[in-house]
Amino acid sequence: MHSPGLWQALRAPRYLRGPWPWRSAAYLLSGVCVGLATLVSLLLLAVVGGALAVVVVGIPLLLMSALAGIPLAAMERRRLRLVDPVVLPDPHREPDGTGLAAWVRVRLKEPNTWRELGYALLCAFVLWPLEALALGTVLGLCGGLLSTPVVMATVGGGEEVRVMKIWLADSYPQAFAAALAGALLLPVLAYPLGVVAAGRAALARQLLSSRDATVDSRIQELGRSRMRLVDAFEAERRRIERDLHDGAQQRLVALSMTLGLARLENSGEPLGGLLAKAHDEASTALVEIRELIRGIHPQVLTDRGLKDAVEDVADRSTVPVDVRFELPGRLPEAVETAVYFAVCEALANVAKHSGAGRAEVCGRIAGGELVVEVRDDGAGGADFSGGSGLQGVADRISVLDGHLAVASPVGGPTEFRVRIPCPPARAATDTAAAPGTTTAPASRTATRTRI
Amino acid sequence: MLRIVLAEDSVLLRDGLTGLLERFGHKVVAGAGTADELIATVTEHRPDIVVTDVRMPPGFSDEGLRAALELRERRPELPVLVLSQYVQRAYAEELLDSSDGTGVGYLLKERIGHVEEFVDAVRRVAEGATVVDPEVVRQLLRHRRDPLSRLTPREQEVLALMAEGRSNAAVAAALHVGEGTVSKHFGSILTKLDLSLTDATNRRVLAVLAYLRG
Repeated sequence: MHSPGLWQALRAPRYLRGPWPWRSAAYLLSGVCVGLATLVSLLLLAVVGGALAVVVVGIPLLLMSALAGIPLAAMERRRLRLVDPVVLPDPHREPDGTGLAAWVRVRLKEPNTWRELGYALLCAFVLWPLEALALGTVLGLCGGLLSTPVVMATVGGGEEVRVMKIWLADSYPQAFAAALAGALLLPVLAYPLGVVAAGRAALARQLLSSRDATVDSRIQELGRSRMRLVDAFEAERRRIERDLHDGAQQRLVALSMTLGLARLENSGEPLGGLLAKAHDEASTALVEIRELIRGIHPQVLTDRGLKDAVEDVADRSTVPVDVRFELPGRLPEAVETAVYFAVCEALANVAKHSGAGRAEVCGRIAGGELVVEVRDDGAGGADFSGGSGLQGVADRISVLDGHLAVASPVGGPTEFRVRIPCPPARAATDTAAAPGTTTAPASRTATRTRI
Repeated sequence: MLRIVLAEDSVLLRDGLTGLLERFGHKVVAGAGTADELIATVTEHRPDIVVTDVRMPPGFSDEGLRAALELRERRPELPVLVLSQYVQRAYAEELLDSSDGTGVGYLLKERIGHVEEFVDAVRRVAEGATVVDPEVVRQLLRHRRDPLSRLTPREQEVLALMAEGRSNAAVAAALHVGEGTVSKHFGSILTKLDLSLTDATNRRVLAVLAYLRG
């Protein structure tokens, strides 16, 4: 399962004129450097770690050597771009919490980590010598032939030179003939060099990608259908909100108004007392329906976007909340909605369980991702394993290829972090987006970058 | 008697409101069902006050509010009473920021039921008063908390010493901490007081001023 790029280029007649021979050479040369560096680091880690294991300090070093495949694999995935235009996705899972310990725990459990360690050992002990051999042969052969006249003029004193230490050339015409042969050989050898590089890249791709392409495509399809479900759910939510708003709420207002007028006309007992009671009940129903509608889908989120909607939630929180958002404008609707409900859940948890005196919500775009953090100064130690609300939030976010991490050490603070890939925001002038324009297609495709 | 333009897309409610207002001796000169209609009718009838819903066709978003803001921009003294289904700080703030905030009102629709209160609010807005729903006021007040209260006790101490004109080193000495700690506290004070990162020297003065005011 190799991707086009170098393989196609090798078959094309323009191969030699294009960048591919150079890319192949660069790929192999950098491979030698990386392989050597890996060998040295692995040996150093093993030796130093082994020696220090007696005094315990070495054990983390040995652990590090078990994880040594991860940075190498990351670099190899980048280096692969030299000869292979198809991006190789990172097969690792996101850790469930923040901090180094959570990361190490997840990594040690993943088969990919161990496969990458195997790859590192292969690089360090087998691959780089082979790459060096291939490069060395081509460069040595062509370089040796090409330099014959120079060597003859300098070392040979203009008399004689041994070409490739095999034939003896004793005249300049012979020496130049050897150089010419070298010049002709170089393009010829560029092909095997390309093949070696392509083979090496295919091996790297095979070893470093996740296992099964059919499984991958099924996962993709599942992801898409999950996205459709969430969209449908969201559309339904809006419909309910609208029906309540335009129907029941308006009628209740009208009813309350009529009752209010009736009270003016009949202030005397006994009807007046009954009317007053009915009026109060209508008012209570109105307050309840207002809160219900807001919980289903807040209008301010559609009208003004995430920042205003989060400020609104913060205003209602019993714990004082500082909101700091640095957003370039409106974000895709699906992202705004998911993050809004995530923040609501986080702030509800802060209010209910943390005992915090203050909380903070920060949001910003960093590296193509929307990062939103909710922190509090409470006692921490929250157990989120049984919380269905939080699980729902995590599911919603993962549909958008995002990630939710919660850290709540005993003694606090509790930190809640959402990261969602976020395509460039729509223009700020677009803030008056009409409701009913459910998830824009752009947000659907653009957020599906990782599988 | 007030001449009123009423914008409300629900016919039921529009008729009800018209009846209500007329019972108190006012005249609804025109009703509007969309935001565009509202702007057109107001231009035509030049009423004493506009009463409008926030959510209006065609988008069922905040068209009514936007139309009200546009009308206020054209005629800053035009009294506008906005009826809303939600307690929404953002909407109320925009309305209060339009021209100088006189002759505007932001009421929850529920308030209509309290008939006399509502009609009184219409009259007061028409006379140039500012009327904001008690629920919204509660939220506005909660939002405008004293920024100094965001500071931790230690940060307040640091700021207090700075207000006495001490340098970072002097503050550090007074609190028996390192100078690095003091500048860290100061950085966090600036963030909490929303002071921008543009001019370091002025920010110290601004922070101290905020302290002295608070």
